[in-house]
Amino acid sequence: MEVVVFTPLAAIVGGVLIGIASSLLLLASGRIAGISGILGSALRPLCPDRVWRLLFLIGLPLGALAASAILGRGPAPRMAASAPVLVLAGLLVGFGTQLGSGCTSGHGVCGLARRSKRSLVATLTFMLTGAVTVFVVRHLLGSASS
Amino acid sequence: MMRTRFAALGTGVLFGVGLTVSEMVQPLKVVGFLDVAGAWDPTLALVMGGALAVTALAFPLILRRGRPLWADAFSLPTRQDLDARLVAGAALFGIGWGLAGYCPGPALAPLALGASGAWIFTAAMVAGMLLHRLVFEGRAESARG
Repeated sequence: MEVVVFTPLAAIVGGVLIGIASSLLLLASGRIAGISGILGSALRPLCPDRVWRLLFLIGLPLGALAASAILGRGPAPRMAASAPVLVLAGLLVGFGTQLGSGCTSGHGVCGLARRSKRSLVATLTFMLTGAVTVFVVRHLLGSASS
Repeated sequence: MMRTRFAALGTGVLFGVGLTVSEMVQPLKVVGFLDVAGAWDPTLALVMGGALAVTALAFPLILRRGRPLWADAFSLPTRQDLDARLVAGAALFGIGWGLAGYCPGPALAPLALGASGAWIFTAAMVAGMLLHRLVFEGRAESARG
């Protein structure tokens, strides 16, 4: 059993920064900071506004790198699953977010703030299937990798 | 044009900082949140709560302006109806999220932190997005994330 190291202040501060970033993008450009939508549209062959999308997406690892350097975080993030499971999970997340028009950021952070009924249903749905999946993997199959 | 590109890069960086500070780039923290029957880790709830506290206050104020600062109009999703694709897509996304502990933002952010798992996941995620386009070719899709 892993020990849960719970750091509430860092979680809230990080969340507030995500909220500020999403709000500034809406204020400046009128865009929703939904990662799967920004990426999915950038992948289209005839995307008329690919440049800002790519700049936003490149910003994510740049910000992570800067924060990691400043905070002095050590080792790389540990994987929660084996490579074949990561491939299956990636396919499901890629396909599912396009079919369902959003992910944690677009539906969960931006959509709920817009009081969108679609986003509320989507958020409740992926929280539920995510929790059921972890229950099956960790407690029924017992193949917890941690 | 230049200004909206600057805004995109700047907000992307800030978003990446937030994901890192809140440890959402750690898949085990995410799986820990979804593990309601185990040693539950409430981190993700606080991250979403912190983000939502800001957006729920700021979005209505921003949208009241009528137009954004540096663009002609807001680009917002217009659909209101619930359909099977929304629920099916969210359900599939949740399964993948639970399996790996990655959703799109927290998968892209650690790509420069030497996280090999994030690279494998991201490559498969891009393939999944392209597969979706292949399956639903030619249909009008609402773009959102």
